[in-house]
Amino acid sequence: MSGTDTGATPTATTTARSTGARARSWFGPASSVLEANLTAYRRTWRSSVFSSFLLPLLTVLSFGVGVGAYVDQGVGGFSYLDWIVPGLIASTALQVAIGESSWPVLGGFTWQRTYYSQIAAPLRIADIVGGLLAFVLLRVLASAVAFLAVAAAFGALHSGWAVLTLPVAVLLAAAVALPVAAFAATIRSDSYMVIVFRFAVIPMTLFAGVFFPVESLPVTVRWLAYLSPLWHGVDLCRAASLGTTPAWSVPGHLGYLSLWAAAGWWLAVTRFRKRLIH
Amino acid sequence: MVTLVLPQMLGVGAAVRRAGSVMERNAAALKSAYWVVMISGVVEPLLYLFSIGVGVGRLIGDITLPGSGAVIGYAAFVAPAMLAASAMTGALSETTFNFFAKMKFVKLYDGILATPVRPTELAFGELGWAMARGSIYSATFLLVMVVMGLTTVPRALLAFPAAILVGFAFGGLGMALSTYMRSWQDFDLMGSAQFAVFLFSGTFVPAEAYPSVLRWLVELTPLYRSVHLIRAIAVDTVGWMQLVDVGYLVAVTVLGLTVAGRRVGRLLCN
Repeated sequence: MSGTDTGATPTATTTARSTGARARSWFGPASSVLEANLTAYRRTWRSSVFSSFLLPLLTVLSFGVGVGAYVDQGVGGFSYLDWIVPGLIASTALQVAIGESSWPVLGGFTWQRTYYSQIAAPLRIADIVGGLLAFVLLRVLASAVAFLAVAAAFGALHSGWAVLTLPVAVLLAAAVALPVAAFAATIRSDSYMVIVFRFAVIPMTLFAGVFFPVESLPVTVRWLAYLSPLWHGVDLCRAASLGTTPAWSVPGHLGYLSLWAAAGWWLAVTRFRKRLIH
Repeated sequence: MVTLVLPQMLGVGAAVRRAGSVMERNAAALKSAYWVVMISGVVEPLLYLFSIGVGVGRLIGDITLPGSGAVIGYAAFVAPAMLAASAMTGALSETTFNFFAKMKFVKLYDGILATPVRPTELAFGELGWAMARGSIYSATFLLVMVVMGLTTVPRALLAFPAAILVGFAFGGLGMALSTYMRSWQDFDLMGSAQFAVFLFSGTFVPAEAYPSVLRWLVELTPLYRSVHLIRAIAVDTVGWMQLVDVGYLVAVTVLGLTVAGRRVGRLLCN
């Protein structure tokens, strides 16, 4: 056996190179886009620690501890701090995801124009979008893990199911990052992004059940909260963290978020293709 | 004697006119999308008022103000602080982000300073424009407060100039700060710092609720002094400390404008 082994055992890549055929693996090229995003992140990760970890932590302190001292009877049998923490985990996941898929994607098309160089390389549109999505999900996972650890240190977690907030945060991130990236690929000026932030993102973070129960909203406005992906993430995370049953069915929540993610993927790929390949 | 004094007097009038032209340029440059962005600036503090003031307020009930002992609803507690905070963010975003973009990227100020406009007049003009925007936001917010029964009309009329003063203070501060910024990352840092200060500015809980070291830090910040001033006016608990607040804000305005004027001159006119 060792006598005939010349070390030239054909592998998948050598076969591909020797035959000249572009035998693409499913994820391979997207991983190089992910690597590009991570390399760029090495420059900016310090400031993102501030915005995606320290600020949510300060929000927990200011609202959970500060305002919580004034909420005498708690919410649903739990202290305001314990009640607000899972909502903030979901909300932070959403804000990190949207933060990475709004202005950076817009910059990739208008100011830095990195996507034009990426499409000039042998990358498909799905690779570019896939690499972007992988980067966003990794960032969201990192910030969710950090937040969860801090929440555990505060004693705000009431059940072992709290670990499930991590996959929920990742699914929520995919559900919002893709449509926002698709939107960023459509517009030319960042004024429209500011409008989306002011009229969609910020109202969502304020009214989707993070700071006060959605049931307090008048019925006419409540359906808007139910339509938002954030509410579904918040309900799931809160149930997982407090060990209660969610207000809606778990498959219902997951299905809705998956629908947003799937539709977002389709939109992102078609919009990226329209912008990059005339 | 008259020939000595008259040129100076004419100088002041001309300076005001030139600052006015800088303001006019901003109005003329408004395009359609920017209008919507401007108008939407009114929406954000109202959203905070409804979600935190009313939504969380349902969980809290009434709050007793330490010091005066007045008992008010949580929405009435949060609303004047949101007015101060929105005056702050409006003035800051106009005088940092836009100021920086115009100076470094659009190179607008190089063009303006080639005319007889002087750097201090430029600073005044830009600040005047920021205040024109901010006053529309403040007036709208005060109107909503009166309609919601969180304050009365005479108190709202007194709170309006206070909000303008807050805007001037943060506008001057913002311009001075933005002359020190080098890149967009500095802005992210400033935005984060602004949000952190907002969380601990006596907006959502009284400053007395904090442990003593944090409390004194909070009391020194311009945002807390603004919140303190406007809340006292809106809730009708005005006392001597409010004079201290006014003096503090005037000092911040003067300091900010002096630094900004000098640095813009140094950056662009050497």
